[in-house]
This record gives sequence, C-alpha cells and structure tokens, in this order.
Amino acid sequence: MSFADKTDERLVEDSSPKAMLEGFVRRMKSGDLGMVPVIVGLLIIWVVFYSQNERFLSSRNLVELLLSSSAIGMISVGVIMVLLLGEIDLSVGSVSGMSGAIMAVLVVYHDWSVLPAIGVALLAGLAIGVVYGLLYTRFGVPSFVITLAGLLAFLGLQLVVLGDNGTVNLPGDSWLIDFANFKFLSPLASYVLAVLAGLAYFGGRVLTIRKRRAANLSAPSVLSVAIRAALMVAGLAYVAYYLNLDRGIGYMPLLWILVIVFMDQVIRKTRFGRHVFAVGGNEEASRRSGIRVDRVYVAVFALCTMFAAFGGVLAAARLQSVAQSSGGGDTNLMAIAAAVIGGVSLFGGRGSMYAALFGMLVLQSITSGLNLIGVDAEVRYMVTGGVLLLAVTIDSLSRRARRSSGRG
Amino acid sequence: MTTTSAPVLSLKGVGKRFGAVQALADVDFDVRPGEVVALVGDNGAGKSTLVKIMSGVYQPDEGEIVFDGSPVSIPGPKAAQQLGIATVFQDLALADNLDVVANLYLGQELTSAGTLDEVEMEKNSWALLRQLSAKIPSVRIPIASLSGGQRQTVAIARSLVGNPKVVMLDEPTAALGVAQTAEVLNLVERLRENGLGVVLITHNMADVQAVADRIYVLRLGRNGAEFGIDDVTTDKLVAAITGASDNAVSQRASRTAPKGAEA
Repeated sequence: MSFADKTDERLVEDSSPKAMLEGFVRRMKSGDLGMVPVIVGLLIIWVVFYSQNERFLSSRNLVELLLSSSAIGMISVGVIMVLLLGEIDLSVGSVSGMSGAIMAVLVVYHDWSVLPAIGVALLAGLAIGVVYGLLYTRFGVPSFVITLAGLLAFLGLQLVVLGDNGTVNLPGDSWLIDFANFKFLSPLASYVLAVLAGLAYFGGRVLTIRKRRAANLSAPSVLSVAIRAALMVAGLAYVAYYLNLDRGIGYMPLLWILVIVFMDQVIRKTRFGRHVFAVGGNEEASRRSGIRVDRVYVAVFALCTMFAAFGGVLAAARLQSVAQSSGGGDTNLMAIAAAVIGGVSLFGGRGSMYAALFGMLVLQSITSGLNLIGVDAEVRYMVTGGVLLLAVTIDSLSRRARRSSGRG
Repeated sequence: MTTTSAPVLSLKGVGKRFGAVQALADVDFDVRPGEVVALVGDNGAGKSTLVKIMSGVYQPDEGEIVFDGSPVSIPGPKAAQQLGIATVFQDLALADNLDVVANLYLGQELTSAGTLDEVEMEKNSWALLRQLSAKIPSVRIPIASLSGGQRQTVAIARSLVGNPKVVMLDEPTAALGVAQTAEVLNLVERLRENGLGVVLITHNMADVQAVADRIYVLRLGRNGAEFGIDDVTTDKLVAAITGASDNAVSQRASRTAPKGAEA
C-alpha cells in the first residue's frame, strides 16, 4: 500500500469496520457530533409519542407531518446559509408572510397568473436580502439589528399589501393549492425515485473512486459503496412504501427535500459553498486569501430571504390563503430553531443542509405529537423552547470539546 | 549570491501616512529571485505597513512599485496574488474549520464542470507538501488539529499554490518551538532554492542570521541601514534597529558579560 495520502507513519489504519467504529466513537468524544444528536432526538421523540398514541407513527400522520413541515422547512434552508456565516436573520417570518401576501394579492386582486406572481414574490425576497447584505457590508450594522428592523418593517408592509380586508383567499381551483395539498407521487414513481437516488449516489461515488485511484490516492472499495447505495435504496423504498399506505409522498415535501439535496451539493461541492464555510470559519483569512467576502455576505443574505419568500408562498398554498398573521407567531423561531436543532452551529462555519430536514421533523413531530395526545399550544411552546435550548447547549458543549481536543 | 540579477519586486520612495502619523517615508526596498531578504526593525518601525503595501492591503501615498521590470499598482490582495506576490501573515490566516486541502486552495479552488475538483486539489496538495518536505500526516483533517509548526507549514505551502515569484513571511517563527522554528527555516531555504524572492519580516536576530542574504533595517518609518549577511553582527544590527550603539541591549550585554566571565 503506497497511496500518496497514506504514507505518513503516524496515520492510524482506519478502513476496517472495527477501526471505523472506534473512529466514530472518537469523533463523538471530541465534539464532532454532526447530525447524530438530532437523529437520536428524533428517534426518542417518536418512541415517546408512539407509546402515548399509536396513531402518531401511522402512515396518515407521517404524510401529514411532511406536508406541514415543508413551508417552514423551506425557510430553514435559507436560515442555514446565514448561520453558516455566523450571522442571523430574524426577519424570515415577516419576509415569508409579506411575500405570500404579494403573491396572493397579485393573483386575486390583479388577476395575474400564479407563476409570475410567485416570481415577483421571490424577487421581493431577494431584493430584501440584497439590502440587508449591503447594509451589513457597507455600514457594518450587525445582522441581528438589521433583521430585527426588517422583522417589524416587513410585518408592516405585509399589512399594507393585504389592505383593508386583511385576509386574501387563493382561488380554490388554482394548481398551486392542488400542488401543496392534493398532489402525491404515484407508488411506482416513488420507488423509481428511490432507485434513481441510489444509482446517482453509487455513480457519483464510483466516479470519485476511479479518479482517486488514478491520482494514486486511497479510496474506499466499490463494494462498500455498493452496499451503502443498496441500503440507501432499501431505506428510501421502505419510507416510500410506508407513506404509500396512505396518500404517499406529497409534491410539496418532495420539492422541499430536492431543494435540500441540491443546496447540500451547492455548499459542499462548489466554490461559492466553500467560500461560505471559509467566511464563517475565519472571515479575515478569507479576505486575505482573495475571497470577495462582501459578495459572499450579500449573496447569502439574499438567498436566505429568497428562501423565506419561497416558504411564504408554500405556506400560502398549503393554507389556501394569506392573512395578517401569516408568517407571524412562531414561524421565525421555528425556522431558526430547526436549523440549530439540526446541528448548525450558531458560531458559523459548521453545519449541514440536512439540518433543515431533521430539525424541522423534530419540531413538527413535537407539534403533531402533542396535538395527538390533546395538549394545547402553551405546552408546545414550552417544549419547543426547551428543545431549542438543549440544541444550543449541545452546540456550545461540542464546541468546547472540539477546542480541547484540537478540532477547532 | 544572485545579487547580479534584476530585482523581481522593488519599491522606490514609498510613503504612507495615517492621519498625523507618517508611518513610512521615502522607503526603498528590493528583492531578487532566489534571495532571502530580511526586514527588521523595532515595534512601530513600519515593517507591517510596508508588508501590507506590498500585499495590496494598503495603498501607498507616494512612491513607486516595480514588479518584474514594470511599474504596477496593487489595489488589493487579489491583485497582489495575480501579480505573483504571496503573503503569509503573522496570525496565520487559516480557517480552522476547513481541512488542509481546503485551506491550501482557499480563494483559488480548482473546479471541473462547475464543482470543486477535490481529487486534483488533494493530489497537488501532496505534491506541494512533499516538495517542501513538510510533515503533515493527513490533508483531510481540520487545521485546528495541527501543531503550530504544521500550521505555519500549511500557511507557507498555501502561498506557493499560485506559483508566486515573491513570498513574504510575516513573523513566521514567532510562536514556534525550537524544532518547529528550524523546520520553518528549512522551508525558507527551500523557497530560495526554488528561485523565489523571499521577504522575511522578523524580530528574531538568530533567524535573520541563519537564512537571510541581505538585511534591511527600518527605523521610525525610514530606511535605517542595509547589510549583506557577511558583514553584519548582532551588535551592528541592534545598533541600526535602535538607532544608537549605546542602547539598552548593549548596556545590558556589557553589564552581564563580566559576570558570566567570572562564573
């Protein structure tokens, strides 16, 4: 064995299953937790609610769970980007409400067709983020304050857009409402999708393995990748099967998950994504290495508010209307909490896009579970607050563990 | 050494003012290929300001910068990189959360078909580190888990990624142990062997005398003195840095020397 990256005598052999397990334990101890706490948390929550009410894990409830997670989950995608920079956007709720209102008013009062109205709503979100980014980079106003101001300002603007009536009902025959509530993948399509996902993973990995071998770098065996891909297909197919017992996988949750997968590729595999992590890790180092830090900030703030607007549109579609309270209440905190619960560090430079998926599932499971066992909103707020606090504490503790074990 | 070849980077009559403070005035400076030039001076002598001008962080108020024979302006760090001037900053400027490969290629990532070409970058990283005989166990571990010397090695290796002609090292041994310092000095010599112009900014006279070919002394923002390595002594350097032969350092030396002799 003489791969270029395995020559140093200090390297510990790490490819056997036993060594992999030990490596996993070591990573956990050194505070490199990744998605583990949120997945463990999700399992605990599911077991607890299932023991209280068996209907909780029924196909019907899980289909519903996914449908109700998508809108705020979409907002969370943008929040993750901002958190990766070590910044925050407190206005995503208001921006989502306002954008939903713009879309609804254009469709209902001005007879626009749905797609251009959505386009305008997304552009409004984008523009807000650009302004945030410029305020932050040009004048150095803390993002906390900019977006707190935005929270109020766009709540006001939402009321202006909605006008005197207050509530705008989307036309019931609109495809948007259909899309968000009644469209589901056919069972066949869901299984095909599961297989395609596995093949895409396998194909991508095999290409990388070939390239690494050609470059004389160590690479995992094709067999191990094939096993993983097979497990992945089996897992996805089982999820599809279980959801297909009821209505199946909704179009809207599917869109949400596809966006997460796509954004995950963006932040891990593109220059832009690398720069986001770099700026979040060490802004000064990034600047000195020639990264245009200001552009990264503006782009990320703009992406965040655009996803907020997108979430607002989805929420409007799901609820079939936009009201003065849309995007208010706990929307903001749910979107941010989902990201943090999913393990995205508040200190920047650390986190995964899948935090939006798992973090949101945790929050929505709590909501759904408490509803099922007949507990009211006040308890849900307290439980959600407690979970958020727990997540932030885990983040801080793991940061300390990383410090003391030299993993930054 | 190669004192006959033309300078790759030279500054003529450079001045920089911050409000009421004239940080640099009429400073001349040049580096030739395959030469290690040390830039020394007391705190506040203007070393960092000069480095920041050469790396594009500050703009000079007056004077001229000539790179490879033609006058240039360096409006930003990116421009300096594109010219071929790389800087390794005192506080390392590495992103702790990223791995060695990501740090080496930070800001100049290789891509193929729009996505990061991790394999190519990793391959080149190993080649680069081996060229410097650097001892990094794995390039896929976060920077945070490396020792001070290893981090400095990564920082220096990074400056070489864009094939620069001049490398500036700001206090490269400041926080390092004995063995690690020696490692970094070896690196400096390897840069010289590869035909690069090296600017070494340091407080450490031992480092200067170990690797430098020429020494510029800055004093109160002006050119103090210039020495070849063969005709310099620590006393002369200290005198040039502090501006007097009768200074705190030499007084202390004369006070302590007899004691040492008696013992």
